[in-house]
Amino acid sequence: MTRVTIDGNEAAASVAYRLNEVCCIFPITPSSPMAELADEWSSKGRPNLLGSVPAVMEMQSEGGAAGALHGALQSGALSTTFTASQGLLLMIPNMYKIAGELTPCVMHVAARSLAAQGLSIFGDHSDVMAVRQTGFALLASASVQEAHDLALVAQAATLATRVPFVHFFDGFRTSHELNTIELLSDDDLRALVPEELIRAHRGRALTPEHPFIRGTAQNPDVYFQARETANPFYAAVPAAVEDAMAALADRTGRRYHTVQYTGHPEADRVVVVMGSAAETVEETVAYLCGRGERVGVLQVRLFRPFPVRALLDALPASASRIAVLDRTKEPGSNGEPLFLDVVAALAEAHTDGEREAMPLVTGGRYGLSSKEVTPAMIAGVFAELARERPRRRFTVGITDDVSGLSLPYDPSLDIEPADSVRAVFFGLGSDGTVGANKNTIKILGAEEKLNAQGYFVYDSKKSGSQTVSHLRFGPRPIRAPYLVEQASFVGCHHFGLLDRVDVLGRAAPGATLLLDCALAPDEVWDALPRPVQEKIVAKHVKVYAINAARIARDVGLAGRTNTILQTCFFAISGVLPRDEAIARIKTAIVKTYGRRGQEVVEKNQAGVDRALEGLHQIEVPGRATSSRELPAMVPAGAPEFVRTVTAEMMAGRGDELPVSALPVDGTYPSGTAAYEKRNISELVAEWDQDLCIQCGNCSFVCPHGVIRSTYYDESLLAGAPAEFRSAPLDARGLPDTRFTLQVYAEDCTGCELCVQACPVAAPDNPDRKAINLAPRVPLIDAARENVTFFETLPVADRSRVDFGTVRGTQFLEPLFEFSGACAGCGETPYVKLLSQLFGDRLMVANATGCSSIYGGNLPTTPWTTNAEGRGPAWSNSLFEDNAEFGLGFRLTADMHAGLARSRLTQLRDVVGAELADDILAAPQLRESELGAQHDRITELKRRLDELGGAEGPVADLRSVVDHLLRRSIWIVGGDGWAYDIGSGGLDHVLASGRDVNVLVLDTEVYSNTGGQSSKSTPLGAVAKFAAAGKTIPKKDLALQAIAYGYVYVARVAMGADPQQTLRAFREAEAYDGPSLVLAYSQCIAQGIEMRDGLAQQYRAVASGHWPLVRYDPMLRMTGDNPFMLDSPRPRIALTDYTQRELRYRSLSRTDPAEAERLGALAQEAVNQRWDTYEEMATRGAQRFPADARKER
Amino acid sequence: MDLSTSYLGLALPNPLVASASPLSNSVDGVQRLADAGVGAVVLYSLFEEQVRREAAEDARLAEAGTEIFSEALSYFPAEAEEEAAQEGAADEPTPRGYLSLLERAAAAVEIPVIGSINGVTPGGWTSYARAMQDAGAAAIELNIYYIPGDPRIPGRDVEQRHVDILSRVKDAVTVPVAVKLSPHFSSTGEMALRLDEAGADGLVLFNRFLQPDIDPESMAVVPAVDLSSPREGRLPRTWISILRPHVRGSLAGTTGVDEPSDVIKYLLAGADVVMTASALLRHGPGHAAVLLDGLSEWMDRKGYKSVSELRGLLAVDGADQAGSERAGYVRAMRYANLSRAPW
Repeated sequence: MTRVTIDGNEAAASVAYRLNEVCCIFPITPSSPMAELADEWSSKGRPNLLGSVPAVMEMQSEGGAAGALHGALQSGALSTTFTASQGLLLMIPNMYKIAGELTPCVMHVAARSLAAQGLSIFGDHSDVMAVRQTGFALLASASVQEAHDLALVAQAATLATRVPFVHFFDGFRTSHELNTIELLSDDDLRALVPEELIRAHRGRALTPEHPFIRGTAQNPDVYFQARETANPFYAAVPAAVEDAMAALADRTGRRYHTVQYTGHPEADRVVVVMGSAAETVEETVAYLCGRGERVGVLQVRLFRPFPVRALLDALPASASRIAVLDRTKEPGSNGEPLFLDVVAALAEAHTDGEREAMPLVTGGRYGLSSKEVTPAMIAGVFAELARERPRRRFTVGITDDVSGLSLPYDPSLDIEPADSVRAVFFGLGSDGTVGANKNTIKILGAEEKLNAQGYFVYDSKKSGSQTVSHLRFGPRPIRAPYLVEQASFVGCHHFGLLDRVDVLGRAAPGATLLLDCALAPDEVWDALPRPVQEKIVAKHVKVYAINAARIARDVGLAGRTNTILQTCFFAISGVLPRDEAIARIKTAIVKTYGRRGQEVVEKNQAGVDRALEGLHQIEVPGRATSSRELPAMVPAGAPEFVRTVTAEMMAGRGDELPVSALPVDGTYPSGTAAYEKRNISELVAEWDQDLCIQCGNCSFVCPHGVIRSTYYDESLLAGAPAEFRSAPLDARGLPDTRFTLQVYAEDCTGCELCVQACPVAAPDNPDRKAINLAPRVPLIDAARENVTFFETLPVADRSRVDFGTVRGTQFLEPLFEFSGACAGCGETPYVKLLSQLFGDRLMVANATGCSSIYGGNLPTTPWTTNAEGRGPAWSNSLFEDNAEFGLGFRLTADMHAGLARSRLTQLRDVVGAELADDILAAPQLRESELGAQHDRITELKRRLDELGGAEGPVADLRSVVDHLLRRSIWIVGGDGWAYDIGSGGLDHVLASGRDVNVLVLDTEVYSNTGGQSSKSTPLGAVAKFAAAGKTIPKKDLALQAIAYGYVYVARVAMGADPQQTLRAFREAEAYDGPSLVLAYSQCIAQGIEMRDGLAQQYRAVASGHWPLVRYDPMLRMTGDNPFMLDSPRPRIALTDYTQRELRYRSLSRTDPAEAERLGALAQEAVNQRWDTYEEMATRGAQRFPADARKER
Repeated sequence: MDLSTSYLGLALPNPLVASASPLSNSVDGVQRLADAGVGAVVLYSLFEEQVRREAAEDARLAEAGTEIFSEALSYFPAEAEEEAAQEGAADEPTPRGYLSLLERAAAAVEIPVIGSINGVTPGGWTSYARAMQDAGAAAIELNIYYIPGDPRIPGRDVEQRHVDILSRVKDAVTVPVAVKLSPHFSSTGEMALRLDEAGADGLVLFNRFLQPDIDPESMAVVPAVDLSSPREGRLPRTWISILRPHVRGSLAGTTGVDEPSDVIKYLLAGADVVMTASALLRHGPGHAAVLLDGLSEWMDRKGYKSVSELRGLLAVDGADQAGSERAGYVRAMRYANLSRAPW
C-alpha cells in the first residue's frame, strides 16, 4: 500500500493514464492538470498497463478532442479525455454518438460552472448535468481518494457494460485539493479490468479485415426501435458498477456503493447529495446523530443510469422528510435534476405500493461556482426539514432577498474533530507561501500517522494577487471539503494584508497569529489597526512576529520568505516535534532547491536556523489600544454600486452580498479598476522632467495605463501641489504651454517596461533615464496629490492630437487602465492603444482567455469611459465563437446604421434638411470628421428629443441614432482562440468581407490556462503538450488571410517598431473590410525576464522570427503592391533571440541534440519565409488577387 | 613522415591539438577541426559557475508567475530533473548540453575528444569529470582558472587547492587527466612537479587570464578577450623546456601558435602536443592543415622522420639547470641591450 498526498486531478489521471492507450486533450480549467500529467508521463515514456506508452494528442478544441476520441474508440483503442465546463458542452454531439454506438470509454471531468450571466472557472455540476441526456453513465467522486478509486470503477464498468462513462468530481474542491490517499497498484487495476474485456473492445473495432459500416443514416421506419435496443445495456450498469465497487473493496478494503446511506438507521430526515458535499453532509450527520437527532445522508455516486433500485433499497423506510441537494441551476425547471429523479423514483415506488408512504421531498441548490458548503449550512438544511412546511426549491449558502428561497443557518457551528490541526496562511502570489505550504503538506502527509489536506484560494488578478492557504493535519483521514473556518494557526505573511483582509476572521478562540513584519517586537502591537487588536483581544489570540524579510536578506534570499515562515509554523504549531520538523524541512529544501545549486540550498537552510532565533512572542494587552481604523476600500466619492457591491467583493466579503445586490443580467459598470488602488509594487516609475524629451514611448508601452501625459496652459499650474512636476512643452507654436507626465504610482506594477523604452540617458549616468524606478513608499503621498491635481487638467483635444505618431498618442486618454494583468504584460499595451485610438466609438468582442480575464474578471474591471461618459463597449461570449460574436456586432451596426440613415432621410425636413444632409454625407475617417459628426448627432438628438413622442419614426430614429457615428468593431483574443479553437470562425469572418477588425494578441502559447502549446507555438519551443519541443512550425496566419486578397493584414511588434504598430492599427480600422492585426506579445509563459519584453520583441523581429508586414488591399486597387515588408532583413541569428527564452532554452538542457536539430530547422524556416516575403514584396500588384466585393 | 605522438597516454596522429574555443561549440565544429587534421580536440570549458547560474536562472523563470492565479498554477511542463529531485536523486544541475555535445562529438570523429572543466566546488569538479568520462571523453582537462581575489590567501593554500582538485578528480575517473595551469606561482616549476607527482597525466602550459579592461568613455569595466600572439609562446616554452626532463606526464604547449614555426618551437622545447585556439579562430579550422604541412615540410628539410626524434632537442639539460637558466638570462639581457636604443 502506497500512501501519497496528491490532488484529485492527479489521483484520477494516475488511473486513467494507466488504463488507456489514447488521450485526446484540450486545456480547460480546472481539468488541465490531468491532461498535462498525461502528456508529461507520455513524453517521458512511461508505459500504461498494456505495456505501451499512451498517445497524447492535443486538439484544437474540445469538440476536436471528442471527435478524435470517437475515432480512436471506433478503431479499437482504449481512449479517454479530460475536460470540464464549456469543454464538455463542446463534446456533446460526439457523446451521443459514442453512447449510441455502445462504445466503452471514460471521460474524466473536473466539474465546473457554465458561462451564463458570467463565466466562472469554479466548481459545480452545471456541466455534467448538461450531458445527463447523452447516454453516458455519470459517476460522481466525492474526494481525492474516490477520484482515484472510481476512475478505476468507471473503467471496469464501461468495459463490462459497453456504456460509456463520465467520471466526475468537483472542480477545484476535489480536483485541486491535496489530500493523503492510498494509491491503487497496477495489480489492483489489472484485477478489475480483465484483458478479455479489452480484447472484446478491440474486437468490435472497425477493420478492413472484417468490414462493416457503423454510423448509418436511419429513417422513420427503424430509428426509434434502434434507439430502444440499448435498454438492456443500461439496465446492467448499476449492477456492473456495484460489482466493480465490490471487487475494489476486496482488494483495498474501501467499500463504495452506487447509492450509499449513512446515518441513523431509523432516520426521519435524510439529505440526498452527490459530489464532494457528501463528505460534509456525512460528517454533519454523524455530529447531529451524536446529539440525538435522527438524520441520515444518501450519497448518490451513480447518477446515470439512475439507480432507482439501489436508491429505494438504501433509503430507510423511516425517512419521512427528504431534502435533495443539487449543485446546479436549471432556470425555469420544476426542480433540479437530482431532485426530480429522486421524486420520480419515490413516487413510482409509492404508487406501485412498494413504499407505503410518500415522504415529503424538497429540493434545493447549493455550492454553485465553488460556493462554500459547510456543516453549518447542512445543519441548516436538516433544521429546515424539521419545519412544518420546508421551503421548496430552496437555496443554501447565500442570502436570497429577491425570491426568499435561501435557508437561514448558524454559521458558527464547528464540528471538526479536536485532534486536527487547522491553519490558514495569507500571502501574496509572488512570495512562495503556497509553494511552502504544499511542501509542508508533503512533509506531513508522508508521516505514517498523519493525514494532510491542503486547499488554496487565489484572487482574480494575475499580478500582486493574494493567496489564502487552508491546511489541515490529523491522525484520521481528513474529510472536510470546505475552507478552514476555525483555525488554530493563522499566518499573515505580509503586514499590509491586515489592512485589506480580515485575517483573523477564520481564527479560532485561542489561536496563534504569526505576523511577518519589519517592526521591532515592541513596536508590533501599536502598529496593528484597532479592529485587528480588538479581534486579538476578543479571541484571546497569541501573537508571534518575525522579520522574515530581514532574515531573508541577511542569508541572501531577499524577497523569499517562504521557508523562514514555514519553519515558524512548524516551531509554533507543534504538529511535529520541533527537531524532527526542522530536519524534515531541511531535507525538503534539498529536494526543492537542489537544482538551483548548493548555495541556494545552504541559504535556505540558514534561513531555517535564523527563523527560530528571530521569532518573538508579542505581548498582548487586555484591550485594544490603537486608534487606527482600517482604510476605506474605495474612495467615499465612488459611485454607489462601487461602494456597496464592488468594495465588498474587494474586501473578500462578496459571499455576504445578497441576491438583490447583483445585476440580473451580468451587466456591470465600466471603469471600476480605477477605484482599486492596489499598491502592489515596492518600486514604481518616477518621471525626470529635466531629462525627458517628451517622446511618448514610456506611456505607449505601459501595460497598465499608469503613465499619462497632457499639455496645458501654464497658468493652470497656479493651484498645483508643491511637488507637482511639469516641463515646458517641447513643441513649436505653443508658447507658455506646460507638459506633464504623470505616473499613477498606486497602480504601477513596477514592470520597468517604461524604463526600457526610454531613449534618453543622463549625461553623467548612463543608467539613469528620464523615467526610472524608485521606492514607492516615500513617493506615494505626493503622488496621490499629484494625480488628483493632474485629473483637473484638461485632456488634450482629440482633433488636435497627431494620431500618426507615438509622440502624439500619449495625449490620447487610455480607456483601458489598471488591469490585473501580469506586470510587464505584452498584450495590454496593444489593448490600451486600441482604447486610445478608437475608444469612444469602440465595441470589443473578446475571446475567453487572458484578455477576457484581465479585461472582465470581477471585482474590478479596466475598460473605462472618458469624461463624457463614452467609451469601449466590451463583451465576452465564449472561447470558440469570438469572431462570429464580433461579426454579429457588425451586422447590427450595419443594420441599425442603415435604419438610422433611412429614418433620417424620411425625417429630413422635420429635423432640418441641412443637418440631415450633413450627417448623411459626412466623411468619417479623420478624428476631426468623427468629432464633427458626433457634434451633429448630438444636435440631432437634441432636436429629436424636442420633437418627442414614444412612437413613430422620430422615436425609431432616436433609438438607433448613435449608429450614425461610425462604430469601430474589434474582435480581440489570443492565439489559442485565433489559431486553434476559433480558427474556423475567424476564417469565416475574415472571408465574409465585412468591416470588422481582428486583433490577435499572440503570445504563441495558451497563457491563461498555463502555457499549453497552440498552433502559434513556434518550432522547437517547449510548452505543455509539447514538452519535448514542438515539432511542427507555427502557422502563418498572416499569409492565410492575405490569400483572400481583400483582408487587410498586419503583423506588428510594438517593441520593435511602435510607429509601424500605430500605423497598422489605424489602417486596419480605416479599411472598409475585414482586417487582421497579429501582435507579438511577450508573456510570462515564454519564460523571459518580463522587463526585457520589448528587447525580446526587437530580437524576434531582428532575427526574422516575426517579420513586420502589412498587406493593404487598398493599394492593390490603386495598382500598387499591397504587400509591404516593414522590417529589414534578418540581422541576428535566430538563436540570439530564442536562447534568451526558457521555452527554447529548456529543450537545450533536457534534450540538447533535439534542440540543435529543431533550432537548425527553425532557422531554415525563417530563411525560407523571408525569401517568400521578399519575393512578395517585389511582385506587381496584378499578381495579388483583386477585391471582388461590390459595395464597400 | 611520422607525425604521431602520445599525449596523456593517448595515441594521436599528430601533435596539433585544438584547444578549448568556440570552434568546438558544436558537433559540426568538432567535425570541421577533425577534418582539418588536428590530432585531438579539447572541447570548450564547462564552467560550473555558469551551469549553476543558468540552472538557477531557468528555475527562477520557470517558477515566475506560478501559484498566483488559479487557472495557471504553472507555465511550463515539469522537467525530468524536477522529478528526479522529488525522488531525492538529483540535487545538482546537470550540464546536459555539454555532455550531449561531448557524446555526439566523440562518436562523430576518430580523434580523441577531451572534456574541459572549470569548476568551483569539489563536487562540481568530480561529478562533471565522471559525467564527461561517461559521455565518452578520451581525457579530462582541468582548467583551473582561479584568481585568489582575497589578498590574504597564502600561496601554499593556492597550490594545495590545485593538488586537491587533481587528486579528487583522479580518484573519480579512470580516463587520463591533464591540468591546465597558470604561470603565476612563486615557483611554477615546483607546482608543476607537485601536480605531476599527484598523478597528473599531463600539464597544459599555460592558461591565459582573461583580464578585464576599462573603457574610459563609458567609465565601465569591460571584458577584454584577445587572441594570443606568437610572442606569448615564449613563457610556456621556457617552462616546458625546463620541466621536460623532470616530469613523468605529458606536456602540452598552448598560447602563441600562429605559424608552423611556433609548433616546431614548442616541440623542440619538449612539448608532446601543441595546442592552439587563436590560430584556428583567426584563420579558420582549415589552418590546422597549414600548420601540419609546415611542420612536415620543416622536418623533411631538416631530415627528421618522426616527431619523437625532434621532441625536446632544445629542452634544458636537467643536470645543469641553474647554469642554463642563468646563461639564458644573461644572453637575453645582452640581446636586449644591443637591440634597443639607450633612452
